[in-house]
Amino acid sequence: MAKTKEQTQYREVSLSEFFEKNRHILGFDSAQKSLFMIVKEAFDNSLDACDEYAILPEIEVSISKVSDDIFNISVTDNGPGIERTQVPRVFGQLLYGSRFHVIRQSRGQQGLGITAAILYGQLTTGEKALVETKREADDVAFRFVLGINVKDNKADLKLQEPFIWDRQHGTRVSITAKGRYITGKQSIMEYLKESAVVNPHASITFVEPDGKRTHFNRTIEKVPIISKTVKPHPYGIEIGELMTMAKASQANNLIRFLADDFSRVSDSTATEIVTNAGLKKDAKPSSLGNTEISALRESIQKTKLMPPSQESLSPIGEEFIRRGMMSIYAEERPEFYGKPITRKAGIYSGNPFSVEVGMVYGGDLPGDQAIRIIRYANKVPLLYQPGSCAITQSVFDLDWRTYGLDQKQGKGQPYGPAIILVHVYGPRLPYTSESKEAISAVEVITDEIKAAIKQEMRMLKTFGNRKEKMKKVAERFNLFRRLIPEIAVKCSAILGKETPDINPVVSKIAGVVFIHEEISKKDAGYVIKTELFNFTQSTHDFTLKALYGGMDDKVIDFKIEQLGPAEEKVFENYVEWPGQYPGTDYYFTGIEPSKIQGAELLPGDWDLRKMNGE
Amino acid sequence: MAEIKTDETLKKLVEKVYNDLVSGEVPEVKISSRTKDNIVFDQTNNVWKYGNSTVSRSVKTTDGAQFMAKSLYTIEFILDMIRSGKSSTLREMYYISEGWKDYKFHTQDESNMLAEDLEVITALMREDFKLRPEENGASVIGNITIEEKNRKGEFKRINCRDDVGDAGYTIPYNVESDKVKLVSHDADFILAIETGGMFDRLVENGFDENFRSVLVHLKGQPARSTRRLLKRLNNELGLPVYVFTDGDPWSFRIFGSIAYGAIKTAHISEWLAVPSAEFIGITASDILNYDLPADKLSDKDISALNSELQDPRFSTEFWKQEIETMLQMGKKAEQQALAKYGLDFVTEKYLPDKLADVR
Repeated sequence: MAKTKEQTQYREVSLSEFFEKNRHILGFDSAQKSLFMIVKEAFDNSLDACDEYAILPEIEVSISKVSDDIFNISVTDNGPGIERTQVPRVFGQLLYGSRFHVIRQSRGQQGLGITAAILYGQLTTGEKALVETKREADDVAFRFVLGINVKDNKADLKLQEPFIWDRQHGTRVSITAKGRYITGKQSIMEYLKESAVVNPHASITFVEPDGKRTHFNRTIEKVPIISKTVKPHPYGIEIGELMTMAKASQANNLIRFLADDFSRVSDSTATEIVTNAGLKKDAKPSSLGNTEISALRESIQKTKLMPPSQESLSPIGEEFIRRGMMSIYAEERPEFYGKPITRKAGIYSGNPFSVEVGMVYGGDLPGDQAIRIIRYANKVPLLYQPGSCAITQSVFDLDWRTYGLDQKQGKGQPYGPAIILVHVYGPRLPYTSESKEAISAVEVITDEIKAAIKQEMRMLKTFGNRKEKMKKVAERFNLFRRLIPEIAVKCSAILGKETPDINPVVSKIAGVVFIHEEISKKDAGYVIKTELFNFTQSTHDFTLKALYGGMDDKVIDFKIEQLGPAEEKVFENYVEWPGQYPGTDYYFTGIEPSKIQGAELLPGDWDLRKMNGE
Repeated sequence: MAEIKTDETLKKLVEKVYNDLVSGEVPEVKISSRTKDNIVFDQTNNVWKYGNSTVSRSVKTTDGAQFMAKSLYTIEFILDMIRSGKSSTLREMYYISEGWKDYKFHTQDESNMLAEDLEVITALMREDFKLRPEENGASVIGNITIEEKNRKGEFKRINCRDDVGDAGYTIPYNVESDKVKLVSHDADFILAIETGGMFDRLVENGFDENFRSVLVHLKGQPARSTRRLLKRLNNELGLPVYVFTDGDPWSFRIFGSIAYGAIKTAHISEWLAVPSAEFIGITASDILNYDLPADKLSDKDISALNSELQDPRFSTEFWKQEIETMLQMGKKAEQQALAKYGLDFVTEKYLPDKLADVR
């Protein structure tokens, strides 16, 4: 008996030691970061669960102060809930998971996930975690108080009781732990805010220790499309993994093992691989030894295979990035929201990955400060280790002066009124460390990031040119509609004569149909007044396409019929728009380009482009 | 009479714009280009005037149309003043334009410039437009007797040495013979002085009496009325004019505007300029010869000097050499730097020497 007790103590102490020694790997390396890690693990779990069950997430994160350096962190979601027999395993067992041998992009976990968070709380305060959960199918909710029995790697269940919860489904995790609450760049607030940017379908509430509540509203009523689970591609497989897979395989022979457990391997390629490895086709996978496994892996690398499927990729998507940035950064009143860029998939070490970039520019954003780079890996904000991250390095490598931003010698930190969002995603991204705080600066990845940013910034340039052009058009319009009429009125008033018709003179100077817009703020958007004036001597029929705010989904076609000389048409439209309205893109068809000003010729591939977008 | 002529001339201008609009022509006004590139020497009057190059202001451009609209507002305002027998200062007109909303003047320079443009276009004077400048306080001390019409309409006789205080006789904005009559004088020349400090020094040292001179304080770049009075004193009384200034590029320009005519007012140079005026201000050579305390030329000074090298008015041997020397030494000096050698140095040594050179 005594021996067992000693042993238990020994093992507990060693685990504490393990925790202490490996804090940096597990992410719990400082008091403030530990608090952050607990929120992150619980919050990411909530988002993942909601997305998987196509539920629009409603998540509340609440932190309260228990004593000077002890806090209670509580995360409540409206997720699917957890079957009660599963609860002890999900929360109380280290390395419990269902993600073996399938490849899929997910937010994932850092280190040991939520269990590590509970364990950290237990080690620093002696407090057990509270878990409450209810599934829609269940009549009652269940409450658990549980810690972690390190010796047996299982939950140490203190309480399990049913209760009536006033919600249909959801989960609450509440952990008491030692920590320090901070605000600023690497804070919980920043994490939730940046999460809100890429999850506009989520409604997020944050209650700070001082009781202050912050809401990040849902701005899109649509669940994201989640990535498909795919079998691993043989190119990306490490020796150890291959061995584990072979041991666990249901297949009777090597051909079936390769063809059924992997993607992009047909029976004939499987035969080729096995033959080239000098192995027997009907060998049982589980019987392979180290040498055979090595031979098999070598043979795989030499065989030509189709690139991995991109179905396992899950982008945030253009619409989500746009909405998210528009809503979260509305307070900065940016004058330009760049259309987000999504790159085609690339391959790194047998696994697909891709890059998305979004941008907001101008308005109240400070022009003399470093541009804000918000980094994401698999939809998770990266707040730590910016210096060693592929994203930051790519940004610093580009010459931003081309796009009108400041940068010393065209290298390093760029300065200007911009927020750049960069999302790198894919199953098995290369991280710089186990804590997944930064993406390795691998060349294929940095090349893609740079290409995406360049593409995005070119739009800023176009926007700048367009703004300049619009200003000139507005000035011309003012000349014809206000200045020259005023001159006519003044002349006749001085001479006591009748006001002359100025249209012959104006059409001589202008000779075009003018499109001019006036915007005025109203409620949560703008009233856009579009004025068309025919300054030519002939009558015109044409179609004017207005893209409000340059958005493909806010389009109105105006059919203009029989617009006679000196005739005017005015359209008014209300557009809901957070922040500063960037102006409308006007396109025309059915009129000679030299006869119209203030609109662009509709591109010939317009309809095609729309189809691709859908 | 003059008022009827002004009224007619301005209305003709408006009529042209009106008729253009009626007949579908683009209204346009041509005006002499008012830059130093368009200054030519007028052999008859020995002054520099605008040349043949013109700029066009038409309603084709926003700038042109703005100019035309503002001109029309200004003309309407002038015609109103003529009708009601009023006049206004240029500053008042600038403020009145506040009510013209989109067509108001943004600076007083802009409104002054437009008044000058109207002079150039119509060949009338701003006095005809009932516009006048503020008094700028330039003054005269010396044995010369004038009669100035006061507010009661009576001519009041003033001797500019005996009837005035230390500040001298203040030059009014209108110095034409209907306002100021030149009655008599007992002096040999006129000394025009740039700065107040030097003017006071010469008054205290009795330079006017000791050297039988009339001292005129220019107060920096001289106003039109100051230049006009110098012109009348020179023309009608035959008094030579000597200009005593600091030694810097801006002072050279002061002399240029007195002797050759200013670029801004080149349309009336023959009426304002004194072609026989002589420069006896501080030169680059003086700074060297007298070893005067000097300041470094600023970037603005240097570019002003370079611009003067391109100015046709300064394309004489004397000026070219002085300007180039100043650029080479990179120094400028004030009139009052002469005090290095005592308070009397200027009246006992510097000015007598300089005057001996030019007389």
